[in-house]
Amino acid sequence: MKLIKTDMRRNFSILVLIISIGLNPGIVFGQDDLLDILNEKATPEINYTTAAFKSTRVMNGHSVEKMPPGQLDVRISHRFGKINSGFYEYFGLDQSNVHFGLEYGIFNWLMIGVGRGTYEKTYDGFAKFTVFRQSTGARVMPVSVSWLSSMAVNSLKWTDTTRTNYFSSRLSYVHQLIVARKISPSFSVQLAPTFIHRNLVPTELDPNDLYAVGAGVRMKLSKRISLNAEYYYMINPKDIMSQKIYNPLSIGFDIETGGHVFQLIFTNSVAMIEKGFIGETTGSWLKGDIHFGFNISRVFTLKK
Amino acid sequence: MKRIVFFLTFTFLFFSVNAQKFMTRNGYIGFYSHTAMEDIKGDNNQVASVLDISTGEIVFQVLIKSFHFEKALMEEHFNENYMESEKFPKSTFKGKITNLSAVDFSKNGKYDVVVEGDLNIHDVTNKVTAKGSLEVITGGINANSKFNIVPEDYKITIPGVVRDNIAKNLEVTVAMKYTPVENK
Repeated sequence: MKLIKTDMRRNFSILVLIISIGLNPGIVFGQDDLLDILNEKATPEINYTTAAFKSTRVMNGHSVEKMPPGQLDVRISHRFGKINSGFYEYFGLDQSNVHFGLEYGIFNWLMIGVGRGTYEKTYDGFAKFTVFRQSTGARVMPVSVSWLSSMAVNSLKWTDTTRTNYFSSRLSYVHQLIVARKISPSFSVQLAPTFIHRNLVPTELDPNDLYAVGAGVRMKLSKRISLNAEYYYMINPKDIMSQKIYNPLSIGFDIETGGHVFQLIFTNSVAMIEKGFIGETTGSWLKGDIHFGFNISRVFTLKK
Repeated sequence: MKRIVFFLTFTFLFFSVNAQKFMTRNGYIGFYSHTAMEDIKGDNNQVASVLDISTGEIVFQVLIKSFHFEKALMEEHFNENYMESEKFPKSTFKGKITNLSAVDFSKNGKYDVVVEGDLNIHDVTNKVTAKGSLEVITGGINANSKFNIVPEDYKITIPGVVRDNIAKNLEVTVAMKYTPVENK
């Protein structure tokens, strides 16, 4: 019994020795390079990937990006007429469709916006939420995910005044899940499953509910110029609708100059909101129904 | 046996009290650009640094993405267009206090020092010399410095359209509060 006790005591003092060696910084940090100490003791942090797209729009449609909180984005967008309309129309530049937008970041995870467009004299509003943010480090998330919900009010005069017209007939809704990945500093892609509901459609042939999948890419050509392309594939059969509808394809450039982002666009659609360009594009690239256009985005810091 | 163990224990404990290395993980480094068009200020409060008072060696490690700005757009441009922080996430400095003998670490007080070393920003390394001060206080050391850097020296190109908004010479402020390296 006594023997065991002495043994324990000895073990204890050796333990104290080991601990005090361990406590000694001169022994723990035997490295030559002080930088190694910093890296060794560093706690891993979440490193969020930022700026997959330069703007909140890829081209016509929304990108995964949101306005940061306190930032107001004033957007003016234009789509001219069809390039194939000939010299008399100056290749489309004589006609013009405009969309004005005021968009604002409220929280890190929420932005809202309102707008007014020439196309069907539409007022629109949207909210875009962050679901996930692409990150590396302490938390690895391969993609960024945003959710977009928007509503549009067509304010054209009623074509048929003999029937009862309801305000609700002017409304349409869009819900979109945007999944994006910045694959490299210069290359980003996104996919956007989209659902559109239109309260009133022109004829019985046209479905109230539309389903589509959008794809967008961004490739940086230099630090301030990128090549963007966007395509929406409509899942509903298009041949049976009352009008010949085409999938919208847009190709263009983002040009960034300090506080402005200019987006130059070639597209086969005139409308600048989802409800219009996804379900109501009647122009065809193959026939030359291409509209030139641009978006100008100017950001103001309202809250620091 | 007991005596040897006691002796060794005492020796190691004694050494560990006399810390040779001081460290911080939340030091401050900021830069300031002043032009007639715009003032730009970037602040980073997550700077890691180690100071070895036995050799005078001093190192800094700065995560570029931890610089924060008054305007979100400035921060995006800083990371995307100028520092390319995804390609070059860190900036480091490795240097030495050249007049270490001027500092008495056993006595509280403020001492002027000169630091010389290699500053790596945007994957470009330059030799820099900066004046600063070390303040020995109870339980730690404070370090402060102000010096200028030229973005062009680090291959950070500023395009024509914003040339009037960004100063040719940026003032860098360093403020560290070191504590002895904690035993772990």
